[in-house]
Amino acid sequence: MERFLLKNIESPGSADIDEYLRVGGYASLKKAFGMEPADIIAEVKAAGLRGRGGAGFPTGMKWDFASRDPKFPKYLICNADEGEPGTFKDRPILEKNPHLLIEGMVISAYALKSERGYIYLRGEYPYAKAVLEKAIAEAYGKGFLGPDITGSGFGFDLSVHQGAGAYICGEETALIDSIEGRRGQPRIKPPFPVNVGAWGMPTVVNNVETLANIPLIVSMGAEKYSAIGNPECPGPKLFSVSCCVERPGVYELPMGITLREIIYEHAGGIRGGRELKAVIPGGISTPVLTPEGLDCPMDFVNLPKRGSMLGSGAVMVFDDTVCLVKVCWRAMRFFEHESCGKCTPCREGTGWMRNILERIENGFGRDGDIELLQDIALSITGKTFCPLGDGAAGVVLGFIRNFSEEFRYHIANKECMVNEGA
Amino acid sequence: MDIVDEIRALSGKYPDRRGALLPALYVVQKEAGWLSQEALDTVSRALNLPQATVKGVATFYSMYKHRPMGRHLIQLCTNVACMIMGAERLVDLLKEKYGLEPGGTTGDGRFSLVVMECIGACDRAPAMLVDTDFHAGLTADNIFRILEEYE
Ligand SMILES: Cc1cc2nc3c(=O)[nH]c(=O)nc-3n(C[C@H](O)[C@H](O)[C@H](O)COP(=O)(O)O)c2cc1C
Ligand code: SF4
Ligand code: FES
Repeated sequence: MERFLLKNIESPGSADIDEYLRVGGYASLKKAFGMEPADIIAEVKAAGLRGRGGAGFPTGMKWDFASRDPKFPKYLICNADEGEPGTFKDRPILEKNPHLLIEGMVISAYALKSERGYIYLRGEYPYAKAVLEKAIAEAYGKGFLGPDITGSGFGFDLSVHQGAGAYICGEETALIDSIEGRRGQPRIKPPFPVNVGAWGMPTVVNNVETLANIPLIVSMGAEKYSAIGNPECPGPKLFSVSCCVERPGVYELPMGITLREIIYEHAGGIRGGRELKAVIPGGISTPVLTPEGLDCPMDFVNLPKRGSMLGSGAVMVFDDTVCLVKVCWRAMRFFEHESCGKCTPCREGTGWMRNILERIENGFGRDGDIELLQDIALSITGKTFCPLGDGAAGVVLGFIRNFSEEFRYHIANKECMVNEGA
Repeated sequence: MDIVDEIRALSGKYPDRRGALLPALYVVQKEAGWLSQEALDTVSRALNLPQATVKGVATFYSMYKHRPMGRHLIQLCTNVACMIMGAERLVDLLKEKYGLEPGGTTGDGRFSLVVMECIGACDRAPAMLVDTDFHAGLTADNIFRILEEYE
């Protein structure tokens, strides 16, 4: 497939504004300024773009809600927190194609009538911060940011806001708290950020990849754009593929491609010709699949039918040398560490589950531990403030549903079913 | 520009001064590598925010440090992809070679070690940040060659 989001990134100067202009950059912005803001929102709606940050919410609909709110100023925030383990898909845009993101943000801001934007960048990406700050300065220099952008009469200011190592700040309301200079803890919804967001004003939060799709929709038009990938949720999609494959990396492919194609045709298959055991399709918070799920199309409609989710599109591939009890334990240690502590089922439950998984992994598992894990997970599901708690529960339930034999073996034999590093 | 002015300039990017709190904490942390009481007081004065507000925020985020750190901060990822690719062994080796434990600092004050959740480099696992430099594809061998560059 022709690459749009990662176009030209192999070129050494791809992050420079001159190089971006040379390959046709900022032409969509020019086209957008010839359109009415409402028409751009209609185009994004018609294109069927769904948010790439994890939840898959229709972007045009979100923009519509925000633009109908009479309050001003409105804020546009790019979510570049990229904290979901296994995910590194936004990184090539941030580091190698930053002007695509900036162009997408200016067009979005124009459509939303927002004059102020922030890129909420995770603290663990210092290199991306330097690249983005340089790119923003270049864009100001050439008049693509600031007052009266390219003579359009529209003005927009943009800066980077650096996070400080809290996964929960990827959740949009916690992110807003963090931009406001608070502890990042999810807020109750409704009201939604589109009405009451940053500093109480209508705020649109979109993922990096979502915003990077906007110039493409404007230049191609909704009809051509929606012919890419699955008609129910179209467009190009970035997949970050990691763990036991020959060629881990970020792949730009049409939405709806199967896991089998991603793993075997693009990522070079399982390392060393070993056997595939399990796949996490959308980052650590999405339930694990068995090899039977390989032909499932990777999108927001088909993965849920298989009991999982597209999440961030982070494909984590495990071969037969990997102990899944250990993977599950490590995932739970992550959730325990990152729980913001606001609600009891998540704060306490993640710790309890980590504890039980740890004793199973270390050979001290007890009869009934599997049922206990399920019981705790089910007591978390649906009883927490934000999806982190549900995600943690879903991960444990997914591993037990698909690989209970491995857990039972671990408890009965006090050791791994696999010989690691074999 | 003195540090108070630098912090006040940051608040120009936000509709109110509290917005500048996270960037301000980074500014003061850059001075000594951690946030002393004095550093927190500086932020509180510069932004005219209560000390409790500043401290409450500073202690929420793991990248703000509340005790002195070594001259170089090693942030080594041990999340799933890095774990599978051998990060635990690297943690053990750091202990053997430098006596460095997660959360600790070497006796000579050269390195501090923090084990991290995913740092977004799973395709080249295991990975770490040393200060603001990123290193990936780590092995038992090359990790020490890399670290020797940091005095
Ligand atoms: C615990 C948690 C972590 C999240 N982390 C991220 C993240 O790192 N990046 C991101 O874009 N969205 C993340 N999200 C989703 C955001 O809340 C939000 O839905 C998204 O930024 C909206 O943008 P989109 O519609 O363009 O996807 C997270 C959600 C939750 C519940
Ligand atoms: S579910 Fe967990 S992370 Fe989300 S608000 Fe509750 S305690 Fe915080
Ligand atoms: S798991 Fe270590 S960088 Fe992602």
